Amino acid sequence: MNIRKLLTASAALSIAALPALAQEAPVPDKGDTSFMMIATVLVLFMILPGVALFYGGLVRSKNMLSILMQSTVITALVMVIWVVYGYSFAFGGGTSPYWGGFGKLFLSGVTMDSTAATFTDGVVIPEYVFIAFQMTFAAITAVLIIGGFAERVKFGAIVLFMALWVTFVYFPIAHMVWDGSGLIFNMGALDFAGGTVVHINAGIAALVGALIIGPRIGLGKDMMAPHSMTLTFVGASILWVGWFGFNAGSNLEATGGAALAMINTFTATAGAILAWALIEAMARGKASMLGGASGMIAGLVAVTPAAGSVGPIGAIVLGAIASAVCYYFVDVVKNKLGYDDSLDVFGIHGIGGIIGAIGTGIFTAPSLGGTGGEDYSMMGQTMIQIEAVAITIVWCGVISFILYKIVDMVIGLRVSEDVEREGLDLTTHGESAYHY
Amino acid sequence: MKLVIAAIKPFKLDEVREALTEIGVRGMMVTEIKGFGAQSGHTEIYRGAEYTVNFVPKVKIEIGVAADMVDQVVETIEKSARTGKIGDGKIFVLDIEKAVRVRTGETDEDAL
Repeated sequence: MNIRKLLTASAALSIAALPALAQEAPVPDKGDTSFMMIATVLVLFMILPGVALFYGGLVRSKNMLSILMQSTVITALVMVIWVVYGYSFAFGGGTSPYWGGFGKLFLSGVTMDSTAATFTDGVVIPEYVFIAFQMTFAAITAVLIIGGFAERVKFGAIVLFMALWVTFVYFPIAHMVWDGSGLIFNMGALDFAGGTVVHINAGIAALVGALIIGPRIGLGKDMMAPHSMTLTFVGASILWVGWFGFNAGSNLEATGGAALAMINTFTATAGAILAWALIEAMARGKASMLGGASGMIAGLVAVTPAAGSVGPIGAIVLGAIASAVCYYFVDVVKNKLGYDDSLDVFGIHGIGGIIGAIGTGIFTAPSLGGTGGEDYSMMGQTMIQIEAVAITIVWCGVISFILYKIVDMVIGLRVSEDVEREGLDLTTHGESAYHY
Repeated sequence: MKLVIAAIKPFKLDEVREALTEIGVRGMMVTEIKGFGAQSGHTEIYRGAEYTVNFVPKVKIEIGVAADMVDQVVETIEKSARTGKIGDGKIFVLDIEKAVRVRTGETDEDAL
C-alpha cells in the first residue's frame, strides 16, 4: 500500500518515471467491480429464496418451514465460517495443492485496496468482492445438500454437519479446482463455475447422507407428493435468473467471456427443458410441470462447468443430454434401487454435474463450436475431466461418510419416529407454514 | 319435511344452485368434501414416484324441504348435476324431525 502510493507519487513527478508506472499494481475497473457485485447478490438470490422455495415446494406441508429455516441458517453459518477461516483454507495463498493455509484467517491483510486476479493479466477486482462472490458459492453448495435427507433429520445435526463439511470437503475442493496452486487446477481441468466444486460435491454428499440416514417412514406407501408445485416453480425460476450471476460472474470480468457464459446459461437450459418435456410426453403421454422444472435445473447444472468454454449450440445439446440422463436417474434408477434422496440432489445435481463436467471436455472442442484452440485434444481434455470428477467423488464421498458418522455419534442424525410423523415444522421450529 | 343430501362434482355447483333457485328453493348448505364411489381416485406421478389419490374432491349440498317438494328437488339436482360420466355423485333423502329459524323462532315448515 505504502509502496504503491510512493510509486504513484513518483510517477506524477516525472515523465521519466513512466517505466515505474508500468510496474504499478493494477487498479480495478469500475465496470468489472459493479458487474461482480451484482453477480454476487444474484448468487445469494439463488439460495434465498431460490433453492429454499424450490426445495420447500417439493416436501410435504408439515416440513415446509424446516427446509426454509435450514436454508437460512446454513447460509448464515457458512458466511461466518467463510470469513473466519474458509476463505483462507480455500484461497489463503498457500502453495499446497490441497488447501490454502492459514494466511488469511479472519481475512487478515485484506483491505479496501487489496485486489484479486482475474483471467486476464493486469485486470483485477477488489478482493472483498472476490471474497463475497466465493462466499455465496460455499453457502449454496451446503444448502443444496439438505435435499438429500429432507423431512427426517435433526436441525442441530444438520448445522454441525455443514460446519464440518465445508471445512473438510468444500474448502479443500474449491482450492484444488480454482486456486492457482490447486491439484485439479494444475491438471488442466476445466470447471468454469463449479460443476465439480458445487454440483458433484453437493450431489455426492447428499447421496451418502440419504444412504446413511435411510428412507423416510412410509416411502412408497404414504402420499409424499410435493405440497406446492407452484412454489417449486417459483424457486426454480429464481434459480435460473440467479444462475446468470453464478455463471457469467465466474468470468470475474464483464467481457465477451461473461457474455458467452450468459448465452450458454440461456441455451443449455432451454435445450434441457425441451428435452425433459419431450421425454416425458413420449414415455408416459404427459409432460409434467415438475419435469419442466427438473429439466431447467438439470440444464443449469450441466452448463455450469461448461459455460465459459462451449459454444451456444453445443450448450443446447449438452443440456438435452443432461436432461435425458437425469430423467432416467430420478425416474427409473432411483426407484429401482430404493434409496431415498428425497429431492433428487444426487439425481439432478450429482448426475447433471458429472454429465456437465465430462461434456465440457467434449463440447469445448472447436469442431463442436467450442472455444478450444487448434491444438485442443477432445480425448485428452475429456480424460482430464473424468479424472477431476473421480477425485471429487472419492474425496467428497469418503470424507462425507466419516463426517455423517461423527455427527451421528455426537448428536444423532435422525429425528424420532413420532417427530417425523408429526412433521419437523411443529416439533423442531414450533410453527406451521400454513393456517387454513 | 325432508333433508336432501347430494354429493356432486364441484364444477356443477353453480348449475345446481341456479336450477334449484328456479323451482323455489331458498337456501342450502354447501361443504367441500372428499370421497370415493365408483370413480375411486386417480394416479399422480412425481419424478417417477406414483401416488394413488383414493379420495376425489366433491361438493356436498344439504337442503331442507317440505315433503311435497322433495321429488321435484331430487329430480332437479339429478338433471342439473348429471354429466353422464362416472363420478357424477349421489343423492340421499332423510326425514327431518324438527326445524327452527333462529332469527324469529318459527318452527318446522315455516322455518324452511
